[in-house]
Amino acid sequence: MTAIRHLSRADAHVMNRSALTRRLVARLPDDVAVVGGIGHTHFDLWAAGQRARNFYMLGSMGLAVPIALGVALAQPRRRVIALEGDGSLLMQLGALGTVMAARPKNLAIFVWDNGAYQITGAQPTATSAGVDLVAIARGAGIAAATWAADEAHFEALVELALSGDGPLFVAARTDNQPPAGTTDRDAARIRMRFMDALKQG
Amino acid sequence: MVEPTAARDVETWDATVVRVLKSHDVRLVAHVPDKVLAPLIRRLVDDDFFTVVSPAREEEAVGIVAGAYLAGMRGIALMQTSGFATLPNVLASLALPFQLPILMLVSERGTLGDFQLAQAMVCSTLRPILQALKIEHFAIQRMDEVEFVVGQMIRQAYATQAPAAMILSPLLTARRGGIQ
Repeated sequence: MTAIRHLSRADAHVMNRSALTRRLVARLPDDVAVVGGIGHTHFDLWAAGQRARNFYMLGSMGLAVPIALGVALAQPRRRVIALEGDGSLLMQLGALGTVMAARPKNLAIFVWDNGAYQITGAQPTATSAGVDLVAIARGAGIAAATWAADEAHFEALVELALSGDGPLFVAARTDNQPPAGTTDRDAARIRMRFMDALKQG
Repeated sequence: MVEPTAARDVETWDATVVRVLKSHDVRLVAHVPDKVLAPLIRRLVDDDFFTVVSPAREEEAVGIVAGAYLAGMRGIALMQTSGFATLPNVLASLALPFQLPILMLVSERGTLGDFQLAQAMVCSTLRPILQALKIEHFAIQRMDEVEFVVGQMIRQAYATQAPAAMILSPLLTARRGGIQ
């Protein structure tokens, strides 16, 4: 697992969230399920192109990882990605321990860390004061946890998420540029499309 | 572990709950700790039919059950009254708008002889929260109600795409043994 590097938050290059989301989505086969956390995380997931197997949370801040874990446990042969922001993950850090204990081989967690609650006015999160979410994930027992050093490394980590054994934890530092779009928030439609797609391959 | 019919009159509430969950194909269990639920949790952990996870918070349990349902597996979250009191946001922003049949089994603490004022005060929020969110709920008080109430509430939750709270009253769980 050479893509897993021992980097600190300060070593990670600051990248653009919209661009990274497009890189992620471009590499995903159709069958991969993605659970997008609230705020600009799922705005950019939406803007990166419509996928039937994307689920967009509307509230319930912090629950992208637990929802993705539920999907992963129910369908162990499907690759599942939780896409979350630093502020949201900080709200539900216990979920990392739950993931470690459940050991889902098919789950990868990707976190955008811009150090701010951007959508509510960019108030700083604790990561901007020095909290290292990768160190926390490792401390929770997720050995395959790493910062993405740059775009090329990020792409290698997406490949690892699609081919290696999870759980995998990837954090990327992102800038505070606005998202590339706004999610269509019809809850019933989001659920039905996701559920129908997950009944297929 | 299906109990023979003849043994049902001596079945404990927790054994009945296990049997009813199985008969409705509820396979995923997410539980947080609770002394009253302990015998049920032991049975579920020991039974290969169930996938059991132990999240750190009740909100996580709801998220895990939600994700499993979206992916075709039925699940239930087990908690006590004080844990339920942490859930209004996720019920209102996840379970209800997405029409997710989140099953909840809530052991009712803080009433009928509890020794903790904190439990008693939290208990007073349980029904007002459920009523405000218009979530179907029923307190099971007698052994002969367990099979019917649990089974019917599971059936209705999935038929109506709505969460449901099955409340285990101390009248059921503590009347004989005095567990508190």
